Order: sequence, then C-alpha cells, then structure tokens
Amino acid sequence: MNRFLRSCLTSPWFLPLVFGLAGLLVWEIGLLVINPDGFVLPRPTEILSELQANWDEISQASRNTGFIIVSSLFGGVILGVVAALIVTRFRSANEMITPLAVAVNAIPIVALAPIFNNWLGLTSPRSNQAVVVLLVFFPVFINTSRGLTNVDPNQIELMRSLASKPWTIIRRVRIPSALPFFFTALKLVSSLCVVGAIVVEYFGGRQDSLGSKITTYAGFTQYDAAWAAVLAGSLMGIALYALASLAERLAMPWATRQS
Amino acid sequence: MPERLRRLLLQVLAAGAALLAISGIYSLYKVIGRALDDGQRDWWFIGTFLPRSTDRDMPPIRDIISEFNKPLREGGPELINLIWDASLFTLREALAGFVLGVIIGMAIAILLLRSRTLEKGTMPYVIASQTVPLIAITPIIVIWGRKNFGFLPWEWQDWMSVSLIAVYLTFFPVAVNGLRGLQSPDPDAKELMDSYAAGWWQTLWRLRLPASLPYLFPAFKIATLASIIGAIVGEISAAQSDGIGYLILDFASKYSTGPERLYASIIGAAVLGLLAAAVITLAEFAILVRRRQATRS
Amino acid sequence: MTETTKDPTSQSQGAVDILDLNKIFLPGNASQVIALTDINLSIAPRSFTTLIGPSGCGKSTLLRLIAGLIEPTEGSVTVNGKTANRARQDRDYGMAFQTASLFDWRTVRKNIELPLELLGWSRADRRKRTEEMLELVQLSEFVNSYPRELSGGMQQRVAIARALAFRPSLLLMDEPFGALDEMTREHMQTELLRMWQETGTTVIFITHSISEAVFLSTQVCVMSPRPGQITAKVDVDLGERTEETRDRDDFFDYIVQVREALRS
Repeated sequence: MNRFLRSCLTSPWFLPLVFGLAGLLVWEIGLLVINPDGFVLPRPTEILSELQANWDEISQASRNTGFIIVSSLFGGVILGVVAALIVTRFRSANEMITPLAVAVNAIPIVALAPIFNNWLGLTSPRSNQAVVVLLVFFPVFINTSRGLTNVDPNQIELMRSLASKPWTIIRRVRIPSALPFFFTALKLVSSLCVVGAIVVEYFGGRQDSLGSKITTYAGFTQYDAAWAAVLAGSLMGIALYALASLAERLAMPWATRQS
Repeated sequence: MPERLRRLLLQVLAAGAALLAISGIYSLYKVIGRALDDGQRDWWFIGTFLPRSTDRDMPPIRDIISEFNKPLREGGPELINLIWDASLFTLREALAGFVLGVIIGMAIAILLLRSRTLEKGTMPYVIASQTVPLIAITPIIVIWGRKNFGFLPWEWQDWMSVSLIAVYLTFFPVAVNGLRGLQSPDPDAKELMDSYAAGWWQTLWRLRLPASLPYLFPAFKIATLASIIGAIVGEISAAQSDGIGYLILDFASKYSTGPERLYASIIGAAVLGLLAAAVITLAEFAILVRRRQATRS
Repeated sequence: MTETTKDPTSQSQGAVDILDLNKIFLPGNASQVIALTDINLSIAPRSFTTLIGPSGCGKSTLLRLIAGLIEPTEGSVTVNGKTANRARQDRDYGMAFQTASLFDWRTVRKNIELPLELLGWSRADRRKRTEEMLELVQLSEFVNSYPRELSGGMQQRVAIARALAFRPSLLLMDEPFGALDEMTREHMQTELLRMWQETGTTVIFITHSISEAVFLSTQVCVMSPRPGQITAKVDVDLGERTEETRDRDDFFDYIVQVREALRS
C-alpha cells in the first residue's frame, strides 16, 4: 500500500491532477460565493448538469462536427505530407514554394468559409471540410518539408557511400529526421482543427453542429448550455491532442524514452 | 548578401507567379465551365464538389478588382476605403490583444520558471486551454465585458472584448516558447551568475531574458497571426460591426447582391494578415542581423 | 561499361591509386575554387595512411574523391582496381566522420546493422556480426540503447563499428576523433589500431594532430593549401604500437619530421 502511494505521488499525472481538482474547486466555490446568479461564467457543476440536460442535442452535434474534424484532419495531414514529400524532391521548387506556403499560412483561412459555402453548398459539410482541410494542410506541409530538408549532411553522405538509391535515403534518413517536425505540426493542428471547424460552422454547414448549437444557445441566452457545448468541443480537442501525443510516443521511442 | 538578395527576388517572383497562376486557373476554369455547361451540377460525380462557373458563384477577376473603386451606396465612400478603415479597426483590436497577450504570456512563463511544481501541475492546462473554442462564445464575452469591467477608469467597449479573444490565442505561444527560452541557458552560465552572487531577478534580466529571444521571436510571429485571426473571427462571432471580419460576414449574407464585394473583403483580410506577417518578419530580421553583426565584431 | 583501364606505368595494384588528380569546384565560373592539384598517391593494401594539413588544404575533398562521392575534374582515382564510383557501388569501403552521425531513431544495434541491411544480409547474419562488432568496440551492454543515451566517445565507437561492420577492405575516416578529449582519444587510437590489425583493412585517416598521425600511420601525407597538394610523404616505421611507443625517441623524431614538412 505504501508502495502504491509512493508511485502515485511520483507519477507525472499526480501534480496536474491535484492542480486540476484544486482549480475546479476554486472555480466552483469562488463563483458560489462571489457571483451566485452565475450569469456569464457558470460553475463547473452547472455546465455538467446542462451537458446532461442537453445530452442528445450536444452529442448529436458533436458527432456531426467530429466527423468533419476527423475527416478533414486526415485529409489535410495526408495532403500536407504528400505535398512535402513531392516538393522536397526538388530543391529549387522547395526554396520557392515553402516560403510561399508560410505566407499563405499568414492569411486568415477561416475567412474563406463564405466562398466555399457558395461553391460547395451552404448547408453541405463539404464546404466546412474544405476550409478545415486547408487549415490543417499548411502547418503540416510547412513543418514536414522543413523536417525533410533539415538533415545531418553526414548521414546523407554515409548513405551515398553505401550506394543507396534516393528513395532509400528518403525512407531511412529524411523521413525519420522529419518525424519530430511532423508531430509538432500534428499536435498543433489537432487542437486547431477543432476550433477551426466550430468557427467555420458560423458561416454555414449543418444546423445540428456544435458551431451552430453554440450560436443558438448564446442567442437564446442559454449560456450554461453554450458552455456545455464548448466543453464538448474542447473534450474532442483534448482527445485528438492526446492521440497525437500517443502516436508521437509510439513513432519516436528514441525521443521520449527515459534513460 | 547577394545570395540572400537573389533568393528574396526569386521568392517574390514565385509569389507573383503563384498569384498569376491562381488567377489563371480560376479564369480558365470559368472559361471551360462556360463552354461545357453553366450548370455544372449535372456533371457526373465531379459536379457535386466542384463550384459552378457562373458569374454569381465565381465573379470574374476583373469585376472583383474594379469593385474596389466602386462606392457601396450612391455618394458613399469607395469599397477600398471601407476595407481600409475596417482593417485598421481590426488591426487595433489585434494589436491591443497582442500586447496584452505577450505581457500575460511572459508573466506566465516567469511564474512557471520560478516554480517547478507549478510548471508540472499547470502546463497540461496551458496546452489544453487552446482546445477550448472560446472564440465561438465571443458574444458571451462581449456581454461579460459590458457587465464586469465597469470598474475600469475608461469605458469598456465591445471591441475590447474581441481583443480579449486575441489575448486568449496570443498568450499561449509566448508562454510556452518563453518558458523554454528562459530555461535554455546552460548550467555553466547559471553558475557564472551565481559566482557573481547575482540575484534571481538579475539572472532573469541579464541572462535568461536575452537567451530567450531566439525562442520568443517565433512565438511573436505565431502570436501576431493568432491575434489577427482572433480579432477577425471574434468580430464575426460577436457581430462587432466596424472591423474587416464583420464586413466579410455582412457581404457574405448579402452575397446575391454583390458577390464581388465578398471576394474583395476577403482579399482585404488576406492582405492584412500578410502585412502583419511582413512587419514581424522584418522586425525579427533587423534584430537578428544586429545580433549576428555584434557576435562577429 | 567504361571501366578505366589501369595505367600501365603504375606499380602493382594498390588499394587506392590516384593519378594526376585535379579538382576544381565550379570550373569556368568567376568564383571557381581550385581545391586540389597534381595529386599522385598510391596506397598499399593493409596500410594505414594519414592525411594531415591545415584547414582548407583539401583533405576532406580528397577523401570524398576516393569515396566516389564527388568526381575529379582531371585525373583518375582507382580503388581496388575499379573507378571510385564503381567501388562505391560495390560497397568496397566504410566511412566515419568527425561527428558520429548516428541515426537518433535507431538503437545501437540497428545503427550498426544499417549497412548490413542495405547489403541485404539476413537477420541472423546481421545479429551475429553486430554482436562481434560490439565486442570489438567493447559496447556489448549498450546494444539496445539509443545514441543520445551514450557519451560522445561511445557514440564515436558505435560509428566506427558501423563503418567496419561489413568488413570493407577500405576504411575512410574524416577526423573521427576530432571532437574527443585527449584521454578518450588515445584510448580510441589504441582501439583503432587493434581493430586495424585484427581485420586487415586499409585505412585512410584525416587528422589535425601530428602525434595522432605518427602514432597511427604507416604513411603520413602532408598537405598544404591554396591550391591543395601533397607536399611530403613520410613513411613511418615504428613496428607494433603500444602505449610505450608514445615515449620513444623515434616517435618524437617522426613528429619533428612531420612538423617540419608542415612548416615548409
């Protein structure tokens, strides 16, 4: 038992758990004391009970938005990686295209939503997908192509000294070297695409989506319910982030293993 | 230096070529679409996810450009002036959000630097904060701002609530990268400061902060863009009617009466984002060049 | 096939034969760089040749020409009777650099196995050879460690094991001990000599250190910069090297000889 207790105390989960619970407690009790009508920022228990009360609606909306998020995440990541693999094959193309992508990434892509809505249909999830795919594509493309070109030249020379074909060098040197860069981007877009997808739903898409639910709740001053829908969104974001981190751990044991 | 200049020139050329190519493809698509069939919805399969080439769905580029010079109403200001004013308004929101976000981000970084326990206990929540789509509830923030900031010496305005959204997106990269930068000096340098009996704040000011600059600049870059995007989207969500984001929303809802206006306003937002990125890149370049010259001499 | 026929004037076939070699980077360009001129060098099988000279004298360029990683502007490089490029295709040599350049994502075992994988060895053969190599560099207990879990000296030993793993007849080393501290360095030199004797490889070795060059080599080639050329060849005959060799008078004589050649 003593041993169990000690392993709990030294676990990396212990401190965040303590701080999290303490934070929730302060939030709950603080609001009970200071702001008993709980107008704008509801107490955690209020959010949870609203989540329960609107469970059917919110879970359905989360499923719809979740589908857009997951499908676009996959699409954007695959497109970004493939594009990076192609572009980095040609050095001069890479020198021109990557800075261009960095510039495009400075554009508020979400603002393109109304155009896509007109192209692909106001209520069609396709237009939402298109915008979120773009949102995901650029960070993945930029980071992956940086990783693919950021290689120890000695390692390339070593591979050439062993008469390796270009594809062998890509597979055995460039791709492993790019993994840390890729996962940085993956973790970034895994939370970015949730926020992006919800915001894009402001402009159009299905009516039973998280974005439009939040707008509706807020419009009818059901703030607790709006917060419950926001909670559902962040839970999806946290889940995706956790998955991305897990994938990183599995794919790069050398970077995370404790010695 | 000429090598860098050559590269810059090449990149500018590439950007111009890309812009031309995109307009070219856009126009070519329209021409082909027009020649084949205006109602491309009938095309087998492809038609379901390709835009129609009508002037309503894809206004000609010429029309979009000339729209900039047309007034919205008879006798009113030209669209370009409208976009300019709205962009400046959004820029102010973003700038306020950026400045406050950087201050808060640095404060968090310094706080977490002081206490390892605090860092371990709260870092996961700093990361998780970015998964909360707070931007979606800007209307609530606006109401919250009106209700709760009465104590401030100045009158709370709705755009400041939009800035708060920008703050929320901005503090994160600054806090995370700032902490990494503050932790970056190696033990030798810290021991050197200890050997001078320098205090914690002296070490922070003379060693840790300068060492964190290379980490902070990328963060500032991300934060700049985040603040602009936060301001634009916050406006859309809050229906804050003076900024470029609202202009986009407004033109989107009146799309049928002037599709060109929507395109023009989106181009305005894109230019705003690009200009902000250019300014922060130049600032980084200037400071890094000074540093490099300093290390060389 | 355009195999270059062997020059009839050269003596019996060496491990490496370099004839009238010139290397110019960006020839004809305004910023052309003459890297090497009039290099003639014959390296006997099982010998240990060191290239020594100041920075920018083209040592690394010469090594990369022998490796077939770059092409000479004029002249020929023959490795084991073949063109350098052909020898590279046949995987006739192993290579080690100043930085260990291990693959972070591979364990020590997988790093050493890399060339064997590329050569298409079976799993069992790879395992067996890797165990042997690890024993040779005395790192057996670290077989499943990742490079970043090892010290710099240990990483360098893994890199050398990787270069030697497929028993190439030629070993090319570009300042492999440059980043090591003096103690580790002397230890590694002894290790390298032991491995050289056990495996019977021909070694070409770049260094900045005169004592290292003398201690290791059977032949020291002294190079000078602008344009890079070989200014002197010193044959070293110290017999079997032990730690005592470093204190012997003839060891110091050779050091003086090489130092003077470097100054002239």
